Amino acid sequence: MSERKIKLQIKDMTKKYDNGDGVEHIDLDIYEGEIVTFLGPSGCGKTTILRTIGGFLDVTSGDILIDGQSVVALPPEKRPTAMVFQSYNLWPHMTIYENLAFGLKLRKVPKETIRKDIQAILQLVSMPGCEKKYPNQLSGGQQQRIAIARSLLLKPSLLLLDEPFSALDAKIRQQMREELKKIQQDLGITVIFVTHDQEEAMSLSHRIVVMNKGKFEQIGTPTEIYDHPATRHVAGFIGEMNFIEQPDGTTIAVRPEDVTLTEGATGRHTGVVRTIMVLGHYVVVTVQHGDTVVKCFVDRELSERLKTGDPVSLSIGKHSVF
Amino acid sequence: MLKMLDPRRFYHAVGRRKFLEFILLAAFILFFYGPLLNMLMLAFANEYQAPAVLPQEWGFKWWRYVFSQQSLVSSIVQSFIVATVTTVVSMILCIPAAYSIARFKYRGRKLFMLSFLLTNAFPKLGIYTSIAVLFYKYNLMGTYTGVVIIHMINSMMFMVWLPASAFRAVHRQQEEAARDVGAGPVRTFFKVTLPMAVPGIAVATLYTFLGSMEEAQGTMLVGLAKVQTMPVAMYGIVLDSSAVQIGAVFAILLIIPSALLIFAMRKFIGPEAIAGGFKMK
Repeated sequence: MSERKIKLQIKDMTKKYDNGDGVEHIDLDIYEGEIVTFLGPSGCGKTTILRTIGGFLDVTSGDILIDGQSVVALPPEKRPTAMVFQSYNLWPHMTIYENLAFGLKLRKVPKETIRKDIQAILQLVSMPGCEKKYPNQLSGGQQQRIAIARSLLLKPSLLLLDEPFSALDAKIRQQMREELKKIQQDLGITVIFVTHDQEEAMSLSHRIVVMNKGKFEQIGTPTEIYDHPATRHVAGFIGEMNFIEQPDGTTIAVRPEDVTLTEGATGRHTGVVRTIMVLGHYVVVTVQHGDTVVKCFVDRELSERLKTGDPVSLSIGKHSVF
Repeated sequence: MLKMLDPRRFYHAVGRRKFLEFILLAAFILFFYGPLLNMLMLAFANEYQAPAVLPQEWGFKWWRYVFSQQSLVSSIVQSFIVATVTTVVSMILCIPAAYSIARFKYRGRKLFMLSFLLTNAFPKLGIYTSIAVLFYKYNLMGTYTGVVIIHMINSMMFMVWLPASAFRAVHRQQEEAARDVGAGPVRTFFKVTLPMAVPGIAVATLYTFLGSMEEAQGTMLVGLAKVQTMPVAMYGIVLDSSAVQIGAVFAILLIIPSALLIFAMRKFIGPEAIAGGFKMK
């Protein structure tokens, strides 16, 4: 793995806004063919980093290299990146064909090639035959597909996606994620994805960069981040997590699936059943443990013997301590 | 069928509310189109004496008269020249200003915007008189340039505010997307921003053109009878009042370009396009 080619290198990059917000001393390597997600709450600086890569923001200090070449001095039109925004990507006064052909025409690609490329790319994003339509004749999901297609047509070194699916409804979002992942695998391109949706980050990425307040909290694969969160913020932000205060001032962070519930108050952590919710093949049981409520998953058989107010004990499996 | 024309029957058939609305509309139409109809009639009346409802003799006599008068024909030509020049020059000056208001945040931006309102907030005649003092100094009195400047002062507010709101309505991402696929800032402006702002600019252009076509006060004062546009010539005719028909013919000639332009741009003209221009942001 260590011989993988570095696609993007961010070196000690700082971007400060006039009001003092921004990101400081960012260092990151992204490898060829990777999907890396910047994940964090809004205002954490994830979009800032993406925009400095795309050329829409100047860096205050530091460097950004793509394929070993510094790009910080280049305007967006000269960078080998392509960006898809959250919305308003397409130009409403142009047809889909004209939207897609715009960048190719600027590159003096022959007309016949443009036509063929557009046909192929529309096939790839599963929207063949919509060349003559105008953007307002397409749904939000279709518009984002066209925007992605337009970016891909230019064969970018790096594809930048700024919450491209967040304006879409849940079902379409799911479908778009799968399609994006497939397209990325087929083309082998490098993708940087910005989102505040942890589920999206988990399902899409090879690596996730969890951000908070302008800083990297953790960089790792989805499983690393899920199983071994580096900070309490990461633990709370990704997936469901129970936080149990210890008498010595530390906090145990444990996932609901790592808590085993047994009947009778005999163990070290005891409590009483608070709610029982049947969610199909498993049951969510919350337990009042001192001042905290602990959530755990229980099988149907055990849940049928439980009722609210029953004393139970909890044994904690895999966990982190903060 | 005729029975339906009985007002009582009509009142009960459509209900009180509808009936009142109908009366109001009828009054409104009469009030609005009555004078227009009268004018239309007069323009084609060879002979007309006041108390009569219809002209004593129909015909094109006064049209022939207007077109045979050298000074009147030249006033039509001058009007079009002045209006066209005013529109083009104010587009060149105001559209960049509008873009800067819409896109850049700088100190005094709001003051800059408000300054265009000032020219419309004071009595026009006062402004014209004080301008005349300056114009004498720079030899602009009685020149086309002077008249065009006066017309532009009137239209600048529309020409800056309406396009500014149109530019503001273009999302930044749409410009950024153009940059991203390889267009420079200038190409982005002409291929993406400007075409998307065209409706707003079209409305402003229309106002400017029509405003210039009908401007009389300032033209008279600054043009010193050397620049005779249609409205100025009309003043002369109305004051002369030997034949009201000439005025009617002129009014129709003035309406034609307005009507054509409004018809051509009807899809751009709506309350929201106009109201949008008056947002201070």
